[in-house]
Amino acid sequence: MTASEQDFLNNPLGTKTTLEDVMDAFEFLDDWEERYAYIIDLGKQLPSFPDDARIEENYVHGCQSQVWLIHHYDEASGKLYLLIDSDAMIVRGLAAIILVALNGKSPRDLLTTDIDELFERLDLFRHISPTRGNGLRAMVGKIRDIAAAEAA
Amino acid sequence: MTDLSVASTARRPTFDVEAIRRDFPILSQQVNGKPLVYLDNGASAQKPEAVLNAMDRYYREMHSNVHRGAHTLGDRATAAFEGARETVRRFLNAESTREIIWTRGTTEAINLVANGLATRLKPGDEILVSHMEHHANIVPWQMIAERTGARVLPIQVTPDGELDLDSFHSLLNGRTRVLALTHVSNVLGTVNPVAPLIEEAKKRGILTLIDGAQAVPHFQPDVRALDCDFYVFSSHKVFGPTGIGVLYGRAQLLEEMPPYQGGGEMIERVSFERTTWNVLPYKFEAGTPAIAEAVGLGAALDYLNGLDRVAVEAAESALLARANDLVDSVPGMKIIGTAREKVPVMSFKIEGLHPSDIGTLLDQQGIAIRTGHHCAMPLMDFYGVPGTARASFAFYNTLEEVDRLFTGLQKIQRLFA
Repeated sequence: MTASEQDFLNNPLGTKTTLEDVMDAFEFLDDWEERYAYIIDLGKQLPSFPDDARIEENYVHGCQSQVWLIHHYDEASGKLYLLIDSDAMIVRGLAAIILVALNGKSPRDLLTTDIDELFERLDLFRHISPTRGNGLRAMVGKIRDIAAAEAA
Repeated sequence: MTDLSVASTARRPTFDVEAIRRDFPILSQQVNGKPLVYLDNGASAQKPEAVLNAMDRYYREMHSNVHRGAHTLGDRATAAFEGARETVRRFLNAESTREIIWTRGTTEAINLVANGLATRLKPGDEILVSHMEHHANIVPWQMIAERTGARVLPIQVTPDGELDLDSFHSLLNGRTRVLALTHVSNVLGTVNPVAPLIEEAKKRGILTLIDGAQAVPHFQPDVRALDCDFYVFSSHKVFGPTGIGVLYGRAQLLEEMPPYQGGGEMIERVSFERTTWNVLPYKFEAGTPAIAEAVGLGAALDYLNGLDRVAVEAAESALLARANDLVDSVPGMKIIGTAREKVPVMSFKIEGLHPSDIGTLLDQQGIAIRTGHHCAMPLMDFYGVPGTARASFAFYNTLEEVDRLFTGLQKIQRLFA
């Protein structure tokens, strides 16, 4: 299966599901179990990822689990669309949150988004181990590199 | 009236885990709002107060450079440093302190030996390791093989996680020069029957190195009984500080090996015409050594010597037995590594769960385990898994902590249901 343009445009994360939705939901979660149940649930909303894109070129290094990331730049709208895949459920959930924050934005908007501040508002870094934090940063780093290349 | 003088010098009469735990200050803390359950001892063990005090006292009262000898502090530091070497010699039952080389750890010790043996290797020679080695006992040999044209061949492992002895015998031949084998698998907990393998290698003139990193936290090896040429371990896994480890080497071989690094301490005389090496063990200890760490390691071994090792081993076996009994309480849980002889290390997978998910969600419950490939990728490939979750126990762990691990795993499963 190869990703079509529609696969990118149909990704609801960051388009239909917005950052406000996630922020609102997080406010009502008061213990780690609820918080992680929600993150796992978000991970289930990641659109399916094309098998033939699970290649070295798309691999995100620096994560404890396997993570792949592909992108599509839509010339018409000037927006950058992303798909992420992982074999670990919590990483999928964190990837979903990243997509909610960064997917479907113009490269310039994306580059000015302060993702660290977002994670702080979600109180995410406090609840995830530093190794996982590194994985998150690796994903965000790769996305920012892509955006910078498209914006150039 | 209590006779304090007797009480303070007597060995602990029996194994009292609560008393033992009080010796390890780090254990009595909360993590993520829950009492810490530390089950990542295979990665690094915690330190008893005796080690912390020994290092603190060293810096407060006797620190100076060693072997310089011009003043009293230097003499004190040297005495403490060399005293620790003697403690290690006794721990391993080596013949002489000349055979005890300080290194940064197991990894550096293996690199030192591999480099030291390079001149003996020629194209076509073979170095035997096993499929269950830590990368530290694979990669240094591969690097030397690349330089010399030798080859590194793995002894196979059975599905239970034991060494395949048929594979070992079929690999032995006239080209085999080195057998480098782990005493205990860091992933599987398997205790390998190294003594008969060393004996077999010896008969054929093959040099033997045993990686004891995961063995020494659980039992005391006797290098003369094993009759190996080299035995290596790290301090931090045996309740000592990080940054120091030990290479035991047979004196004659160490004499024949070239120095590993050049610098201070390791020389006898330096001139631009000719530089000569210091005597053993200093020939292999270039630069100012990790003095406080050596003292700390000595204190860790003294602490272990003060415990009833038979009772400790029994307590560790009880932890592993309890864990094995509880496996069925977590549907889909499977142990990786079911060798007949094991130290208390439990690698596992749970159907439908990624090891990193298990690690994250146990951490939320205050339970520390290791997840990932454990620096043993060939073994992960053998079992067809990207990684495992691993709980590795120490004698200061309790049966209640084993129970909490399994309660935690059940909770995680409900979260994913």
